[in-house]
Amino acid sequence: MSTQPRIWDMPGGIHPPQNKAQSTARGLERIPLPKRLILPLLQHIGRRAEPIVQVGERVLKGQLLASSHGQYSCPLHAPTSGTIVAIEDAPYPHASGLTEPAIILDSDGEDRRIELQPVADYRSLDPVDVLDLIQAAGISGLGGAGFPTATKLLSRPDHRISTLIINAAECEPYITSDDMTIRHYPARIVSGIEVLMHILKPDQVLVGIEDNKPEAIAAMRAAAQDTTIQIIAIPTKYPSGGEKQLIQILTGKEVPSGGLPADISVLCQNIGTCLAIHEAILLGRPMINRIVTLTGAALQRPTNVIAPIGTPIHELLAFAGLQPERLHRLVLGGPMMGFTVDSAAPIIKTSNCLLAATREELPPPPPALPCIRCGLCAEACPVELLPQQLHWFAMGKDYAQLQRHDLFDCIECGACAYVCPSSIPLVQYFRAGKAEMRAIEQQHSRAEHSRQRFEHRQERLQREAEQREQERQARAEKAARAKAAREAQAARAQLAEPPTAAPDLARIQSRKVSTLSAEQKQLKVAAATARMALQRVQKQLATNPDNTDMQKQLPELEQAFAEAQQAFEQATTQEAR
Amino acid sequence: MAIILTAVLVLLLLALVFGAVLGYAAVRFRVEGDPIVEQINALLPQTQCGQCGHPGCKPYAEAIANGEPINKCPPGGEATIQALANLLDVEPLPLDGEHGEEKPPTVAYIREAECIGCTKCIQACPVDAILGAARQMHTVIVDECTGCDLCVEPCPVDCIDMLPLPVTTQNWRWNAPQPLAGSFGSQRGVA
Repeated sequence: MSTQPRIWDMPGGIHPPQNKAQSTARGLERIPLPKRLILPLLQHIGRRAEPIVQVGERVLKGQLLASSHGQYSCPLHAPTSGTIVAIEDAPYPHASGLTEPAIILDSDGEDRRIELQPVADYRSLDPVDVLDLIQAAGISGLGGAGFPTATKLLSRPDHRISTLIINAAECEPYITSDDMTIRHYPARIVSGIEVLMHILKPDQVLVGIEDNKPEAIAAMRAAAQDTTIQIIAIPTKYPSGGEKQLIQILTGKEVPSGGLPADISVLCQNIGTCLAIHEAILLGRPMINRIVTLTGAALQRPTNVIAPIGTPIHELLAFAGLQPERLHRLVLGGPMMGFTVDSAAPIIKTSNCLLAATREELPPPPPALPCIRCGLCAEACPVELLPQQLHWFAMGKDYAQLQRHDLFDCIECGACAYVCPSSIPLVQYFRAGKAEMRAIEQQHSRAEHSRQRFEHRQERLQREAEQREQERQARAEKAARAKAAREAQAARAQLAEPPTAAPDLARIQSRKVSTLSAEQKQLKVAAATARMALQRVQKQLATNPDNTDMQKQLPELEQAFAEAQQAFEQATTQEAR
Repeated sequence: MAIILTAVLVLLLLALVFGAVLGYAAVRFRVEGDPIVEQINALLPQTQCGQCGHPGCKPYAEAIANGEPINKCPPGGEATIQALANLLDVEPLPLDGEHGEEKPPTVAYIREAECIGCTKCIQACPVDAILGAARQMHTVIVDECTGCDLCVEPCPVDCIDMLPLPVTTQNWRWNAPQPLAGSFGSQRGVA
C-alpha cells in the first residue's frame, strides 16, 4: 500500500495544541486489580441491561451479569472473579454527576475466568450468527458515543454497505488510547476488521489515521500488508475524527442532514471496537477491559492502561501518580468534548481518556463578552453551520429558528467556542438548546399519548354506560314478559279447568280470583255461616259428648249446611257454564 | 331580445356548472369535525386536570374556539399561552391565577402501605394510570401519569402524594449559560 489514495478536505476545523506525547512514552500498562468494581447497567446509548445475578452471588471473570434489554441495549460481564455485594445506585461518569443503577462487584483477587468459547472459523458462520456473538459479548462502540455495535451493524439492513471506514483519527488533544491500541495490537485489529468484512462484505475498507501518529500508521500498514484494507494518513485537524467528518475526508461524500452514514452506503467503526470484536470472536472474551489514557499535568506519570471496566477513576489516577494539590479539573474525555467527573465514578465502556488538568492547562474561561459578529466560528464549524446566528436564537429561545438553522446537525465539537474572541460558551448554548427542544418534542409526544389514553378511556366509559343501559332495558323487558306470561297462564288455567272436576283447594283458589255476582256472594256467605255453626257444634260435641241439646241440633245444622253449600255450588257452576 | 336570452342562458349554464362543482367538492372534500379545535387541542398539555373549569382538554379547546380566554391552563403555562396566541393570532395574556399556578411537572405516588384498596383514585384518573383492584394495593404507572392531581381529592386515607419528577441521567438537561454571570462553567476548550 505505497500509493496513498485520494483524500478530500472537510470544511472548517481547528489546530489546537496536540499534547499527545506525554501519555505515549510508557507504552501500555496493566493496572493492579481493583478491590471493588462499579458496573453501571447503562454503559451505552439505549436501555439499561437487566441484572441476572443476585446480591451475594459469586461470579467468575467473563460471566454474564446483566442481559440486554431490547434491541438498543448491551449485556454486561464480570471483569474479574468475586462476589456481588450490591445492585444499587452508584456514582456514574456523566456530565450531570447523577447516580445510575450499578452492580457492585468485590474482587476475590483470584481472577478466575469462565471457560472461553472462541470461534476460530467464523467464516463458516452466517453473518447473522457472528452478529449475535458480537452482541452477546457486550460490545458497544468504544469511540465515545457507545452505540451497541451489533445494532449499528444492522442499522439499515436494506442498505448495502460499500465502504467500511475504521476510525482511528483520534483528533482530540491529549487522547492517545487508539494510538496505543494500534501500536500494541495491529494484527488483532486487522483480524477484527476482517470479521466486520465477513459480516458486511464491503467493496473497500478504509482506515483513517491522523498523520500525527506515524508509529500507528506504520504498524497498521505492516499488519494489513496482505489484505485489501487501505490505511490512509489524513492531515491532523480537529475534528477529523467525527464520524461524518472522517467519511467526508476519506470518500468526499457528505452524510445527509439528519441521516445515517448507511444512507450513502458507508459504515464507520472505531478501531478499539475492531479489537474488541477480534477478542470476542477469535478469543471468546466478552468486553470486560478497555484501554484508557491517563494524562494531564496533575499526574506524575501519564500513561495508557488496560483497565477492567468499572474501575473507579480515583484508582486509575492513583496508579498514574495524581498530585491532588495540582488538580484543577478532572475531565473524562478530551479537553474539547469531555465533561467534568467525580473521581468516585467508574470508567465505563465509552471512557477513553481521563484528563487531570492543572489550572494552567484548563484555566477557567474568561467572562464572555458580547458577540462582535466576526464570523470566525462559522469558518471553524466542520458542519458549515452559522454558530453566531444559532447563538442569538439560542439566547432568545427561538426554537423554530434553531430548527431551521439545523442546530441538530451540530456535533458539539467545540471548535466555534475555541476560536471565539469573545469567549462565548457557544457549545453550552447549543447543548442547552438541543436539550430544551428534545424536551419540548418529548412533551408533545407525551401529551399526544395522554390524549389518546384519555379518549380511549372516555370511549370505554361510554361503552360501559351503554352496555349497562342495554342490560337494564333487557331486564325490564324480561320482567314485563314474565308478568304477562304469568297472567296469561292464570287465565288459561281458569278456562281450562272446570271447578267441579278440580280438587277442593284449586277450586277455592280459582273462586278467589274469579269474580262472583252479588247473589253468589250471598249464597257463599250463607254456606260459610252454616259450616261454621256446624263445626262449632261438632267441636263442642267432641269435648262434651253428653250434651243432648247439641246432639239434637247436629242433624239440623248438617242439613242446613248441605243445602246452603249445594245452592252456592249450583249458582257458581251455572255461571261457569 | 335574443342577445338577452343568450346571456341569461349562458349565465344560468355557468351557475349550474359551478353549483355542481361546488356541490361535488362539498361531498368529496368534506372536513370531519372542526379543525381549529383539533389544532388548539394539540397545543394543550393533555393532563385532563380540569383546572380550566372544563372536563378535559378537548372541551377547553372547543371553548377557546368559541372565544374563551387562552390563559386558563396552569399545566401548560406560559409556553402554551404563547403557542395558542401564535395559532389564534391574539395577544398573549398572563396566566389567570384563578385557575392555579404554573408548577414544575409532578407525578402521583401512592404510599402503598396506607392504601386500603378503595379504587376511588382509579375511577378519578383520566388516563388510566393507576393500577389496582378492590381491596388490593394500588400503584401509579409513572410513565403514564400526567400529574393532574385528580386522584388526590377522592382518596379517603390521603395516601397519595404529588412528587416532582426525579431527575435521572436520562432526563437531565444541560443548562443554558447565565449571561454575564462571570463564570461560565465548563464548556470552553483548551486555552
